[in-house]
This record gives sequence, C-alpha cells and structure tokens, in this order.
Amino acid sequence: MNDQTPPTREERVAGLKGLGTSRKRVEDARFTQGKGNYVDDVKLPGMLFGDFVRSPYAHARVAAIHTEEALKVPGVLAVLTAKDLEPLNLHWMPTLAGDKQMVLADGKVLFQGQEVAFVVATDRYAAADGIAAVEVDYQELPVLTNPFEALESDVVLREDLEGQTEGAHGTRKHHNHIFLWEEGDQEATEQAIGSAEVVAEEMVYYHRTHPCPLETCGCVASMDKVNGKLTLYGTFQAPHVVRTVASLLSGIEEHNIRVISPDIGGGFGNKVGVYPGYVCSIVASIVTGKPVKWIENRMDNLMATAFARDYWMKGKISATREGKITGLACHVVADHGAFDACADPTKFPAGFFHICTGSYDIPVAYVGVDGVYTNKAPGGVAYRCSFRVTEAAYFIERMIEVLAIELGMDAAELRAKNFIKADQFPYTSALGWEYDSGDYHTAWNKALEAVDYPGLRREQAERVEAFKRGETRKLLGIGLTHFTEIVGAGPVKNCDILGMGMFDSCEIRIHPTGSAIARLGTISQGQGHATTFAQILASEIGIPADSITIEEGDTDTAPYGLGTYGSRSTPVAGAATAMAGRKIRAKAQMIAAYLLEVHDDDVEWDVDRFAVKGAPERFKTMAEIAYASYNQAIPGVEPGLEAVSYYDPPNMTYPFGAYICVMEIDVDTGVHEIRQFYALDDCGTRINPMVIEGQVHGGLTEALAIAMGQEIAYDEIGNHKTATFMDFFIPTAWETPNYTTDHTVTPSPHHPIGAKGVGESPNVGGVPAFSNAVHDAFRAFGLRQSHMPHDQWRIWKIAHDLGLHG
Amino acid sequence: MSKMHIQLTINGEAQEVLAEPRELLIHVLREKLGVTGPHIGCETSHCGACTVDLNGKSVKSCTVFAAQANGAEITTIEGLGNPDDLHVLQQSFREHHGLQCGFCTPGMITRAHRLLQENPNPTEAEVRFGMAGNLCRCTGYQNIVKSILAAAAEMNAAQEAAE
Repeated sequence: MNDQTPPTREERVAGLKGLGTSRKRVEDARFTQGKGNYVDDVKLPGMLFGDFVRSPYAHARVAAIHTEEALKVPGVLAVLTAKDLEPLNLHWMPTLAGDKQMVLADGKVLFQGQEVAFVVATDRYAAADGIAAVEVDYQELPVLTNPFEALESDVVLREDLEGQTEGAHGTRKHHNHIFLWEEGDQEATEQAIGSAEVVAEEMVYYHRTHPCPLETCGCVASMDKVNGKLTLYGTFQAPHVVRTVASLLSGIEEHNIRVISPDIGGGFGNKVGVYPGYVCSIVASIVTGKPVKWIENRMDNLMATAFARDYWMKGKISATREGKITGLACHVVADHGAFDACADPTKFPAGFFHICTGSYDIPVAYVGVDGVYTNKAPGGVAYRCSFRVTEAAYFIERMIEVLAIELGMDAAELRAKNFIKADQFPYTSALGWEYDSGDYHTAWNKALEAVDYPGLRREQAERVEAFKRGETRKLLGIGLTHFTEIVGAGPVKNCDILGMGMFDSCEIRIHPTGSAIARLGTISQGQGHATTFAQILASEIGIPADSITIEEGDTDTAPYGLGTYGSRSTPVAGAATAMAGRKIRAKAQMIAAYLLEVHDDDVEWDVDRFAVKGAPERFKTMAEIAYASYNQAIPGVEPGLEAVSYYDPPNMTYPFGAYICVMEIDVDTGVHEIRQFYALDDCGTRINPMVIEGQVHGGLTEALAIAMGQEIAYDEIGNHKTATFMDFFIPTAWETPNYTTDHTVTPSPHHPIGAKGVGESPNVGGVPAFSNAVHDAFRAFGLRQSHMPHDQWRIWKIAHDLGLHG
Repeated sequence: MSKMHIQLTINGEAQEVLAEPRELLIHVLREKLGVTGPHIGCETSHCGACTVDLNGKSVKSCTVFAAQANGAEITTIEGLGNPDDLHVLQQSFREHHGLQCGFCTPGMITRAHRLLQENPNPTEAEVRFGMAGNLCRCTGYQNIVKSILAAAAEMNAAQEAAE
C-alpha cells in the first residue's frame, strides 16, 4: 500500500514545527506529572545535609564561634568556620564584579543573614539542631543602611580594603566607595542642559527588590575520592562558568569537575552568582567523603542571595520649548551592599545602564554611577533584565513623564517627537551603543490606536472634573512606556565575565535514521529551550522539531557556553544553533549532490531536502542524507553528520516595545485596579508565539509586583523586614490582571534568524508602565515623582499629601 | 528523638513510615517515601508548591506534621494521572501553556483538581480566587486560569456525555 500522495510543500513545512509555530512544549509532560528533576530531588547514597548559622546582626565583630556543643548533637558530623576554610584559602572568594566576598564570617559580619558557620549533618533536622547549638559571640558595630550616609561616614565597613584607594574599576574616593563609572561627554551635556529652554530635574529611586524564583538556590556536591572527580548539581544559570570558577578556586583540574544544572525552578537572575553555600558544600563533601546537599529556605533566599536594583538616579533632561530633547544627565548612587557581587560583564560595573537614553534621539548625554558599600546583602543581579537595563528604562521613562509635565505637553506626543526614526538605524547613541534596528513610530502608533488613546485622555479629563465635583473618588491613570532593551551579551571584544568571553555554543549530531540531538551552552529555567531551540534547528536542517532532542546543563556533555541570563539565550545560543545547522546543511549538500550524481552547485535546499535545480522530483531528504553520511563511502567526505558552532555575536540585539496600562485608583484607600494592559513587543523574528506570549505575561506580572508592592526593606539597624512571603509581595492569580499582547516584527539585521530575545522585555517595560499609570492618575493634582513600590499605603499617602482627602 | 509509626494511604497505596513527631509531611513525602512531585517554595503556607490533597481537602504539606496526617488518604500530582492516562488538567496545562519552569505546577494542578471538585463550573473570578493560595513566578496566571477553565469545560462535557 503506497498510494498516498506526497505531502505538499506547505505540509512539509508544517510538519517540521519550525520557526513561527506555537509548538506545544516537550518539557511539560514531566512537569505536569510531577516528574521534574530539580536539585532538591537529587538524592545520592549516604548524602548529608549542610546549612548555615547566620548572623542576626547587620554589622558586628565576631569575637568567637563555639562549636563544641553543636558537635555533640546527634547527627551532626562537622561545623565549618572561616578558620577551617582559611588553610584552603576558601574563607573568601572572588565575586563576579572584581571584588571579594567572605564565604564564612572572617572576624566580622556585614549584613543580617550573612553566613557564619556551616553545619553538616545526616539530615536537615539534625542540621537545624546543630545550628541552634552553635554559639557566636558578637560585638555590635554601627550600622550603615543608607548609601548617601555611607559615603560620608567614618564607619569603615570593609576593613579588609583599608588603605586601598584603587578598586577593580578605578579610584575609590572614600572607604565605603567602590567605584565611579562614567560614560558620555559630561562637559557638553552640562552645556546643553545649561543653555536649554526647558530643564526637568528629578531624583528617581528604583528600590531594592529580589528575583525570588519559586525554587530557592541550592546544590549537591559529591566528591568521589576514588576517581578524584567532583560532581556538582546546582541551581546554576551558568553551569560552565561555575565549573571554571570551581576549578580555579579549588585547584581541582577542570576535567575532574562535572557541573550539572538539572531542572531549574525559575532563575530571573537569582541563580547567576556564586554563593557561599556552593563553596561550603564542596568543602564539606571533600572533608566527609560523602555527598552534601545545601538548599536555601525562603528566608535565606530573600536575606542573603542576590538582590536586585537599589539605584538612586538623579536626572536632568533638557528640551526646546517645542519638546525636542537636547540633553540628558544622570548621576546614580548605587547601593551594592556589603560586597560588590553584581553580576555584570567585567568591563561594565554599572551593567548596560548607559542604554538610559532609551528610545530617543538625544544628541548628548552623560552618566556617572557611584557604587557604595552598605550593611545589606550583596548582589545587584539583573532581575529578569539585561544588566541594569530595567533601571535605565525606568529612569528615562520617568524623566520623559516629568519633562512632559514641565513642558505642559502630552507624554505620548513628547515620546513620538523624540523617537529615533526608522531610517536612522543602525543608530549610535550619545552613550556609545549601536542600536541594530527598530521602528518605534510604527509600534507606538499601533499601540495608541489599539487602546483608543485620545478616548482614554478624554475619559480621564472628564473623571478629573467629576472628582472635583465630588461625584467620584476614583482617578484614572494612563501609564505609557516605550522601552528599548539591550540584550544578548555579548561580543567577546567587550563582554566577559571573570575573563570568560560571552560567546555561546551549539553542537549537533544527526543520527543515521534522521533524528538528532543538539546540546547548548545555555540552560533553561522555564523558558522552554527544549521546545524552541528544536524549532530553530527544524527550520535550518529540515528535521522535524519532534525528532530533535535538546540537552543543556551537563558540563561533561554540553559545549562550553556562558549560560542563560540577560535574554542572551536566543540572541547568542540561538544564533549558534542556526549556524551549526547551516554547517550541517553545507555538508549535507555535498552528500546529496554525490547521491544525485550532480555538482554541488546544482542542488538547492527545499524545506527538508536537497533537490536538483529545475528537477524537484529528483531529491534526497535530510533523513536519506543522514543515513548515507554514516553508511556510504563518499569520496572526499568524512563519515558522520555533526557540527558545532561557537558564536560570538557582532553586536547586541535591541528588542523594544510599547506598553500602555490603564489603572483605576481609589483615592481614599490607595487600592488600584488594572482595567487594561496592552503590551506590544518587537523581538524581531518570532520563534514560538505561544512561548513569547507566556514570557510576556510572566514578565509583566513580575513588573506588577515590583512596581506595586515588592521590596527588600531594612530598618535603621539593618534588620531585614521582608524575608517571608508574608511581607515580600508576590501577586496571586486574584491580584493579577489579564494582559493583551501584540507585536510588530523588526528582525535583527545581524542575527542569523533575525531574533532578538523577549523574556525580559516585559519586566523592563512593565515597571515604568505600571508606575507611570500611578503618577499619571495624580498628574492633574500636581504629582511629579513618588518612589516605588506603589503599595496601597504609599498611594494613599500621595493622595493625602496632595490634599485630596479634604 | 524517638520516632513514631505513621500510616498513610498515598495515591491509593498503603504506606508505613517512621518519623519524628516534628517532621513535616512534605519532608516525609519527599525524602522518605520518594514522592517528589510536591515541592517546597516557602515553608510558610503562602506559595502552595507543596499542595497535596489530604482527606479531600487541599493542604499545604509544608505546615502539617506527618504525625497529624496519620491514617489520612493523600493524593499528590503522581496520583492524578499516569503517562498512559493523563488527567484532563495535566493535558490542559500543556495545551494552554499553563506552566513554564514547572516548579509550582504539581501543587497548582493538585489544587485545581480539588477546586473543580468543589466547584465544577467556576467563573474566571472563582478560579482566580480559588487558586490564590498557589503562587507562580513565571506565567502571570493568565494561561493557568485558561487551562483550568478549559479543563472544567472538558470535564463537564464528558460528564454530560456519560449521563
């Protein structure tokens, strides 16, 4: 029976489930059946459990640590302190930002929750008993939680750096100062602003928050003393970097270290850093000869690992009376906490904050960022954004709103007047970035039309009048944002982490029967790489996505790559995937030509096959070519069909979007209701629209949390006030609105498939959209700037301070 | 610490386990009985990653002592369906992209299963309210709500067809 008509070209394309298809996710089968394999699911024979004694003080001298009683607790095997780590030179470790950080308290503690001792026991209950039995003598020291005060204070936080006037990023001007990082032409900017017709000045604070994935950080270290091999399972967003760092720190040769990132329960930047728990677990496994697991609880996670933001951004923006922007200046005081453990490319201590000219054609600009030590947890990671891009986007989108107030102009019109025009790309910004592509006016007009912007403004004006007449107690806010991201770090020429260039990689093996496996240097934390990278390949090599396995996260098998954060997977590893696919196709072309007995140049690629030019009925499918590659002697061609690509991107990618939030605010209670949220994203070529939409929904909800209530707060003596979900706001389904998503497509000109990355856009663009909606609701009553998070109390306070409570 | 003898029926199977009186149900399930579907996300009953069905009610197993569950019937994500016979909710979450990292998913589906027993025909608002004890950091809930409403419709249609 072979009477079937051959599939049409369209059917063949559809069968691949390649680019542009809302392919259902292959990951979901295991996750929906409870068969995921997360770090805390890893169970090895004889495995022990380690956990920390943590400091209750934000700043104190550690006079003594008494471990004798703890060692008597049943089940407790060891208690590690800095003294035990010192002979191995592991009591301190380097940070990703060129600073160093205590692994365990070395003479003093610098933030509440800091790791003081590591108790190793047979299980987590025995470890908790051991922790309770460790006695630490603390002598309290004065606490600095305000970065401005820290820069003036006589109190020295980092005594280990005393006398060092040169830091990793230049001169330190005070003992609590880390660096001053500058970009742009300060003199020309001051001149432009000084001579401008209109200037708006404002302090914009982006508060401290935390990525807070639902799965906390953790690891299992297993030192096999027989074979000399260390296996480290962990919640790592960059497993290969962890292997290299572990090798450099421990002296174990890199081939003897295997790092495995199994399923990861969300990352959002929290799992980029190297934490004391990893180091202590490795040492404990070496000491005990047994596998050691360390898993943070939620309090540990919120108190000690990798916060985000905490930027005090003082801005000046100038314009002509008609609203043409003439200059932008920004000075940031960046609170880095006790150690500079920011996760930024080495040469950029303030990340890509200098994307803060945003979507606008601003002729001249300057930024200066002062990094400061305080008695808070270290970190400063990119919480669902590319290295301080969300701070930059929030800054410029607030400054635009403030300038609009100063000019008495509509904020949508002001934006449109200053957008970089489509014909200006590639566009070099005043702060040195080369924007690869964009079409902002098209996106903006589409967004304004979709929400009937003029209609909304009319309704708002009527509402204000009704409010003044005493007919309503609710105001209407229209939050506008047009953001431009910079993602896909990055070109090795200027992007590295601890000296490791930020390329990424893909290795493909086609099996003889025409299915395939591809391994990448990245690691999914929920983004669905196993689904979407197979789609890129399917379109490149003509093998159905369903017949391609994607593997990541095992450093013994995957090619070296710098991991997944900063929306870099699609721009960098996605590009490597396409390029490796093209190498496969190049070899397949030679094989097909041989099999079809024509010259290489006489065959052409057609979806899933090479066909003879002008004779499409004469063809060899990729499956046939794969079989021949293994089983037929082809002159001049090596057997097999494999390829690898290490991709060093020529530039970053610049996704952008237009978001509009319509918010009702109850003036008397501070309660808000999001009536409408419209999100238009342009991430270039769209690989899987279903996944993109899901990313946008999720990122917007994180933005909602940040803008409307989520913060890491300390009191004046450094007590952490938001260390559980009782106090740290995570929106539930009840508080979260439905979102409307939309798109335009402006492909990246330098990316092999034109894709730009999307996962972080909604966080970057969402925060200013929500915040601007709150501000906009009160614009008619004179509000210029009010700091996030806009929880009910703070919104009530805005209304109160504006005299709206009568 | 002396241990207690605890009897549980987990996903229809009788199990006996020794545990200290202070041991939490989630730890006994995950570490002693190998039931690793439910996860730990917060230890304070807020996130719902550890949700199990205990005697017909949704319970956060991170704040229940195993001893309190002595004699109980417990259903976890592992008991809702199997690879050859998935629960409608398991299929629906995949179909409507109701999950990303998957960490909240077992608790989310286990809770949704109970919600649809309590209210087989919920409105969107009732789903959002009924699921508010389960946090998700990835999806923004929109597709979770969609998945649950679609599953409810499908289950109701199947019920009608059977009657």
